[in-house]
Amino acid sequence: MENLGYLLAAFAVVWAAVFGYVWFMQRKQRALEREIELLRESMDKSREK
Amino acid sequence: MSGTSKLRDTLLLALALAAMLAALAMVFVYVPTEKTSGIVQRIFYFHVPVAWVASLAFLVTFIGSILYLSKRTARWNALAAASAEVGVLFTTLILLTGPIWARPAWGIWWTWDARLTTSLVLWLIYVAYLLVRRFAGEAERGARLAAVVGIAGFIDVPLVFVTVNLWRTQHPTPLIFEGGLTTAMLITLLVCLAAFTLLYILLVRQATRLKTLESELRLLQRLREE
Repeated sequence: MENLGYLLAAFAVVWAAVFGYVWFMQRKQRALEREIELLRESMDKSREK
Repeated sequence: MSGTSKLRDTLLLALALAAMLAALAMVFVYVPTEKTSGIVQRIFYFHVPVAWVASLAFLVTFIGSILYLSKRTARWNALAAASAEVGVLFTTLILLTGPIWARPAWGIWWTWDARLTTSLVLWLIYVAYLLVRRFAGEAERGARLAAVVGIAGFIDVPLVFVTVNLWRTQHPTPLIFEGGLTTAMLITLLVCLAAFTLLYILLVRQATRLKTLESELRLLQRLREE
């Protein structure tokens, strides 16, 4: 089992990057949804005026 | 998102998960250990699919950029940008898994040979692409400039592939085309390639959706300010 550490490191790097990217996209999606909600609220307010 | 699109996403996710689990089982349980390099050779089953996905991603960016410049539709722009983002992620993984494999195999982490250097250049080109997009000021101008980088930068993709045949490099020539793999190794590689391709499709679909949503939101904000 010589060099098993290198194999596990390569494997971990790949999955950490993929999950990191998925997390980044989820965070971005939440931020966009929040912005859309704010825009909708402000448009509703200006319509009421 | 429509019902059909959601169903398609769920099916794609289930398929990608199944393929990835099969790939992991094959890499860690099924495939025999290579005699000369030992267990570390199994990095090959991540390293090659990651390189394949990066090339595919930049090909999609190349096609998306051409179509954006000719048709000027936001859909192609979003696809090109999303694919470049995923391509940069996977090129980063080539540049990380390569040295992790090189250290036990060659005794060094890095060498400035043609394959490794052109791979690093590829990464730099598409990082520049993402930076142009982000810092070009006006969104449409950024998209146009980035499309030019996306088309011109693609020259490096075939160059990365031919380097091992054109120059004497530390990096080996592709074993897959030389019959250097046993049947079990070849099947494992093909399953890994399929699993990573499905993962790419999933990531690009989601990233394209976000880019489209982002540009629509910016447009609405601009209209409201005017």
